[in-house]
Amino acid sequence: MARTEQVLKKMTVSEMSLSAIFIALAFATTFIAIKAYTPVFAFHAALFSLGSLTAVFAIVTHYRSRSSEPTPQMINGRPNYNYGPIKFTAIAALFWGIAGFLVGLYLALELAYPQFNLDLPWINFGRLRPLHTSAVIFAFGGNVLLACSFYIMQRTSRARMAGVIAPWFVVLGYNFFILIAGTGYLLGVTRGHEYAEPEWYAILWLVIVWVTYLLVYLFTLAKRAEPHIYVANWFFLAFIVTVAVLVLGNNTEIPISVFSSQSVIVWAGVQDAMIQWWYAHNAVGFFLTAGFLGIMYYFIPKRTGRPIYSYRLSIVHFWSLIFLYIWAGPHHLHYTALPDWAQTLGMIFSVVLWMPSWGGMINGVMTLSGAWDKLRTDPVLRMLVVSVAFYGMSTFEGPLMSVKAVNSLSHYTDWGIGHVHSGSLGWVGFVSFGALYCLIPWVWRRQLYSLKLVNWHFWISTIGIVFYISAMWVAGIMQGLMWRAYTPQGFLEYSFVETTEALHPEYIIRAAGGGLFLIGALIMAYNIYRTIASPMIDLADDVALSASPAE
Amino acid sequence: MPDKKHEKSKVRIDAHSGVPTTGHEWDGIEELNTPLPRWWVWTFWLTVLWAIAYTIVYPAWPTLSGGTHGLFGWNSRNQLTQEVTQLQVTRAPIFAKLKNASLEEIEANPDLLSAARMVGAAAFANNCAACHGAGGAGSKGYANLNDDDWIWGGHLNEIRATIEHGARWETDKATHSSSMPAFGRDGLLTPDQISILADHVRTFAELPDTVAPTAEGQKLYDDNCAACHGIEGKGNTELGAPNLTDAIWLYGSDKPTIISRIKNGGGGVMPAWSEKLDEITIKALSIYVHSLGGGQ
Repeated sequence: MARTEQVLKKMTVSEMSLSAIFIALAFATTFIAIKAYTPVFAFHAALFSLGSLTAVFAIVTHYRSRSSEPTPQMINGRPNYNYGPIKFTAIAALFWGIAGFLVGLYLALELAYPQFNLDLPWINFGRLRPLHTSAVIFAFGGNVLLACSFYIMQRTSRARMAGVIAPWFVVLGYNFFILIAGTGYLLGVTRGHEYAEPEWYAILWLVIVWVTYLLVYLFTLAKRAEPHIYVANWFFLAFIVTVAVLVLGNNTEIPISVFSSQSVIVWAGVQDAMIQWWYAHNAVGFFLTAGFLGIMYYFIPKRTGRPIYSYRLSIVHFWSLIFLYIWAGPHHLHYTALPDWAQTLGMIFSVVLWMPSWGGMINGVMTLSGAWDKLRTDPVLRMLVVSVAFYGMSTFEGPLMSVKAVNSLSHYTDWGIGHVHSGSLGWVGFVSFGALYCLIPWVWRRQLYSLKLVNWHFWISTIGIVFYISAMWVAGIMQGLMWRAYTPQGFLEYSFVETTEALHPEYIIRAAGGGLFLIGALIMAYNIYRTIASPMIDLADDVALSASPAE
Repeated sequence: MPDKKHEKSKVRIDAHSGVPTTGHEWDGIEELNTPLPRWWVWTFWLTVLWAIAYTIVYPAWPTLSGGTHGLFGWNSRNQLTQEVTQLQVTRAPIFAKLKNASLEEIEANPDLLSAARMVGAAAFANNCAACHGAGGAGSKGYANLNDDDWIWGGHLNEIRATIEHGARWETDKATHSSSMPAFGRDGLLTPDQISILADHVRTFAELPDTVAPTAEGQKLYDDNCAACHGIEGKGNTELGAPNLTDAIWLYGSDKPTIISRIKNGGGGVMPAWSEKLDEITIKALSIYVHSLGGGQ
């Protein structure tokens, strides 16, 4: 006991081995950067090298500043929750969200006014589009999922998150993946698979990060002080495991060289298309649905202070949802080279999926029973509930559009764009905003700066979504009808270019809707900034913070 | 930590709904033991029943040698064949009229002409407008079809040949294959010579701000260009060499553009539409293009 801290302090095995691994990675990627076939790949290899060196620096700095004792698991009989990685991903989510919405708005303007291309290859529609989709789904959505799942996992387990370096490796590594993927799109690196554009080296890195995420999750659950595992955690586990399987399945590719950014996928023809849509549809099902249902299952009961409506429904709809979703992918390939039997199965599984999806909506909305009055005073809760309403709407629209007769009209039109945006802006966007409005004050121990601004955010963004999706419904149905219109003599009534001209007004309305959604997010960023900049409040229980005063 | 809380059941009756909780609690969250909503269960089983019925009626289950065919043998390929056949039946009266008439006969007969123009207009909008513009006005590198300046000839038969076989379309042996040499890139002329030549070419059409013709320019033109574009620069539709004496310029008439054309040579590519469109449609397209305003 008389010995000083300095003497006792030793580098842990993981600190030493990870430093060694990152030093080796820095050397290897520097070598690859020198020998790379293209400047873009050299740039990416150099980023990997720089990232590895930063990791070593961070590990050593942390070692020098930390105490010799391991971080306590409990303080004063309460779990010592690890909020650092949650704070990082919450801010990253806001940053990527605004970046992604901005790129989306620019794309909407490019579609309405092609002059916005400015004849620059880096910002043409083909390169910006994956930047937008990846930024909003994987960067914004992914960081929201990381922040919320790490929070919910700890709180509902009453245990500190497992690992010291691992959680930071997950959140920083994931955002590094985003950086590599996003810069790659702008510089022309893509696999050309929708929502699966990142090339082999980015995916390889992502897989390492993702497996670490799963391990952190499992080890934390293993440490839990609660006898049962809360439903939100089932959804998060389903999301983490399935996304790993999906990414591996749709990235079975062989790099043409370790010095090249390019790879060749082993699937070919319609098999490739089927694997791609199995992947992409379940990215919606497990990334954008299961993961965010996990968020919903925590924040709605927490914010309302009411019990979950039905435990039984949560079990039945969880298992039916994850069993059925995985078969629905072929509905993206109606009337293609995919065999008819596979198209049929994709369609019927999508229709049967309707009620399991609505199970989540029922449980979300009905949890408010006994607390409906709070919708009047709490715009954060309103956001959460409206997100569930949008979820219900898009999970009805989805099965409807998967029916072949409807699909023959809706496929390849802007109706599809409208559908994904009612799901992504309405459901994913609003449930994320609602969750962050709760989470950020709770982990920073602040009072939310302004509920009035949340109210503004809510209304401006809701109007934006309504503009967006109604414009796309009109555009999509008009487009579908124009494509199939024949003259009495049997000739096509409209040329393609005439359909594009007809869509111009709707494209402008869509851009206006996207603009409003972006303005809402900017209001949120300001509100969050003021919240974090405000003085810390000391409340024994975070729950008390959720109670919001009536205005 | 002794966890007494979890040793005794925490099941309680929720005051608002009268429903018992499950007795579990996480971070303050409880769950009600509400039964599944009946309408939800019924709707779920209805969709399942409908799904099973659908798989009996339509091709649905994979087998070792393909898949089940469904009760009525429906498949998407047959549906496509039926729809195409139906379309052919609808189009038959017009196609029958146009089938045996020559291009000249069609143009001479107002009834045939209006039929051909209708078929041609639909085909043009869906196949040609992407490059030549909705009204055939063209754009940089894509010929204007409304004027009387024709790169490969503006007579009915010439237009038809161009549509059928395209220009510089490698898979068609009868395509217009001649191409301008890359005088600069291949080192046939020096940059100075190209500059002089560009100035000289611009005098043919009496473009604004041209310099006076020079003997050196004339000699360069005669030696390198006249073989295709003609001594007077009037062009040659056999070779696809454009007329240089009028105000119509495919790529532009400014000096840097002309220098770039002489330096890099080559020419635009047009698909051989006989690979995609049937004979009668091409006939109708030829009439339509011919009637756009510049037909010879």
